[in-house]
Amino acid sequence: MRPNRRDFLKTSGLLIVGFSAGTLRVARGQGPLQGSPPMNQLDSWIAIASDGSITAYSGKEELGQGISTAQAQLVAEELSVPFNRVKLIYCDTALTPDQAHTSGSQSHPTNFNSGNLAQAGATARELLFRMASERLNIPVEQLTTSDGVIIAKNDASKRVTYGQLVGGKKFSLALNPNAKRKPPTQWTVLGKPVPRPDLPDLVTGKFEFVHNVRLPGMLHGRVVRPPSVGATVASVDESSIKDLPGVVKVVVTKNFVGVVAEKPWQAIQAAGKLSVTWNPGPGLPNQSTFYDALRKQPARDTLVVDSGDVDQKMDQKLSGAATVLKATYLHPYQMHGSMGSSCAVADVQGEKATIYSATQAVWYQKNTSAMILGLKPENIHVIFRRGSGCYGCNGADTVTYDAAVLSQAAGKPVRVQLTRKDEMAFENYGNAFVIDQRAALDPSGNITAWDHESWSPGMGGRPGTNAPGNVITGSLLGFQPAAFAPRSPAPAPGAFNNNSNGVPSYLAAGTGTVQSGRVLTHAVESRFWTGPLRSPSRLQNTFAHESFMDELAARVKADPVEFRLRHLRDARLKEVLQAAAKTANWETRPSPKPGNRTTGVASGRGAACVLYEGDNGYTALVAEIEVNQDTGKIVVKRMVASSDVGPISNPDGLRNQVEGGALQGLSRCLGEEVTWDNEKVTTVDWRTYHSRPLGFEVPKIDAVLINRTEGEVMGAGETSITLVAAAIGNAIFDATGARIRQVPFTAERIKTALAARA
Amino acid sequence: MAITLKVNGRTHTLDLDPSTPLLYALSDDLQLNGPKFGCGLGQCGACTVIVKGQAVRSCVTTVKSVEGSDITTLEGLGSPEKPHPIQQAFVDEQAAQCGFCLNGVIMTAKAFLDKNPKATEAEIQQAMSGVLCRCFTNVRMLRAIGRYAR
Repeated sequence: MRPNRRDFLKTSGLLIVGFSAGTLRVARGQGPLQGSPPMNQLDSWIAIASDGSITAYSGKEELGQGISTAQAQLVAEELSVPFNRVKLIYCDTALTPDQAHTSGSQSHPTNFNSGNLAQAGATARELLFRMASERLNIPVEQLTTSDGVIIAKNDASKRVTYGQLVGGKKFSLALNPNAKRKPPTQWTVLGKPVPRPDLPDLVTGKFEFVHNVRLPGMLHGRVVRPPSVGATVASVDESSIKDLPGVVKVVVTKNFVGVVAEKPWQAIQAAGKLSVTWNPGPGLPNQSTFYDALRKQPARDTLVVDSGDVDQKMDQKLSGAATVLKATYLHPYQMHGSMGSSCAVADVQGEKATIYSATQAVWYQKNTSAMILGLKPENIHVIFRRGSGCYGCNGADTVTYDAAVLSQAAGKPVRVQLTRKDEMAFENYGNAFVIDQRAALDPSGNITAWDHESWSPGMGGRPGTNAPGNVITGSLLGFQPAAFAPRSPAPAPGAFNNNSNGVPSYLAAGTGTVQSGRVLTHAVESRFWTGPLRSPSRLQNTFAHESFMDELAARVKADPVEFRLRHLRDARLKEVLQAAAKTANWETRPSPKPGNRTTGVASGRGAACVLYEGDNGYTALVAEIEVNQDTGKIVVKRMVASSDVGPISNPDGLRNQVEGGALQGLSRCLGEEVTWDNEKVTTVDWRTYHSRPLGFEVPKIDAVLINRTEGEVMGAGETSITLVAAAIGNAIFDATGARIRQVPFTAERIKTALAARA
Repeated sequence: MAITLKVNGRTHTLDLDPSTPLLYALSDDLQLNGPKFGCGLGQCGACTVIVKGQAVRSCVTTVKSVEGSDITTLEGLGSPEKPHPIQQAFVDEQAAQCGFCLNGVIMTAKAFLDKNPKATEAEIQQAMSGVLCRCFTNVRMLRAIGRYAR
């Protein structure tokens, strides 16, 4: 199995790194958590009832990304039944195996390659053929299957159904790692644009989100969060709400404060009127000098790659380099900003608890809510119910703890939904970044060395198996976030791993040709909670790399696509870039665009490409934009996003991810930024945190899908978004000759960059 | 106090604080899943219902102010078995990711198009400029709205 590699970085003691087929693989040394159905047993994944209906079990959940449709297609394909014959159950600790988080573009690689659900399908298929062969007394080679029936090829009267063969009994068989998968060239269900089965219920209001779970006798809770970052409870005056109707309970544990009432509106009013005296927090760093301050903090240093000769290559006298270019790129904290504030329902009765949660990891939530409640994990049942899109780490885990604590105190089922402000002021933000880039060019205009150094603040994250203090509720209850351990200087680099896309594509250590390179990262402490936000670190690093690559191309007056191709070695990355350029009718010439005026509206185009996580999805993007040089306003007219993620399971699902990623990236790079004053976050609603709405000047999007029927499946959820800021920034440069190095590209910053043009 | 609400053609008499936002009466008392709490501030559209032909943000509308008015929720348009044409258009275009925003998108678009059946693409974009989809399914959703409009 291939669980989330992000966890590896945090808890590497628990993990084993290995290599297979030239691709980095990380396996969780500890295996699934205690109580999980065994990963190597067919019965953990597939059941066949006597009526022939098939149930599949998965630890990878539907967050809106379409993976449940693809997983059902996978099982239907391997068992040669129609799509609607397969019922998929996912992420319920009473039923489904522990597959860690649903995250990191890992569901596809985990369940569609050579293990887990895919291998279970292949194992079941081979077993069914063997059983049919014995039952019919016909060799396996002379049998075929269709629609859940195994039939003799030369005598259609000799047949037996899956239901007759298995009939609700257990398989009691280990997964066969050698069971043959159906090759993509033979697919009839997988690889097709099967429509999502959840849509009819979603569009008519029948669908049950976690927000719609209603239990008999359920009460409604609300939390009272600190008014500033780090504030602590001095006192709570319960009498302040004694006259309010419906109030059942006030709960104060350390710095956690919440109320429980009979009705939602009563809980909201009680939480608003409860008199709490807080000791102020220690204050927040000045935002205007924040990026510079990051460089001066104690840091945990990591050398990702180091050829050892970078400083020498950057010395023009020593190396004969014609040019050395430097630039600094800035990226803010950004929010997951779920559309619906997070919600959970918990029913804690004595020693047992049943929890409905939109957590990305039900088995981990089972462990950590046990820590929160002081109960045994085996007595806690966590059932996933879909929440509002989470994009990596919204308030789902924290609100689950809120509901659990309030239910335990009230002795009744309790539903909690956060306020918009509670969601936004205390979520685990995507990391801010400062990135310094330096590169040397030889007299013929080729890159000879590339040096990348970054500073990024972090605190907390997903709770994982044992760190409820990684999110606000756990912290308020007295749990600590994962410890920060400064380390400088960095030890020598380990085995090559470009999981965070810290290594530019053009270094020979990765996908390129440049022999000399260094990538040094400094992790520093954050005053805000942080957590993986769609394309975490990868987006920020790629913004800096792909912008800087454009600066280098411009310096030597090379076409940006040609310059990239010249420095790339990986054939698939080259092909995906060429595919995007071709569809965009890319005009080969250097940037900026000749003949553009320096006032009024100017148009331009920009490109970017990357191999996501170093091994998990090839992607390229061309953006065509217009800049109003008088107002600083950007309109993105068209985005061409190409993708090569191996064999495509569902082309429409992939297209949906590529389109959504492109526009989410657009919103993030043009408007989204967390801001704060001297004590608290000030982006706490949709007026202050600037997301693009549904209706704006939406660009035309072309998704160019390269379907590789050979090789392994890769992730696809975070490819296009990773490139948007760079492609748009490069297009701004093409249109205007102004380089913008700080996200978001607000009109103000654009105007400043335009004014600074030579 | 007793409040009478006419929702999807049915009349309900509920015991409610008259200042209760309509959303809580719909989602808690009447157990409807369509209208959703997104922000509670009237900024995102997730709670939208149609009252007397107008798209209304139920999270900032008191039950008292809509007493006796015809209120339509997403459930009132159609069912999975018999979806309204605008709902069918969203299925046809596969216009969703997580789906949390669909209520606001569909109800806002329907109320707008009922009044402006000949709206241009730009006018539809303008009408949807107060609605959020954080999965950014804009391309498909605007296509679905356009399909219904035609």
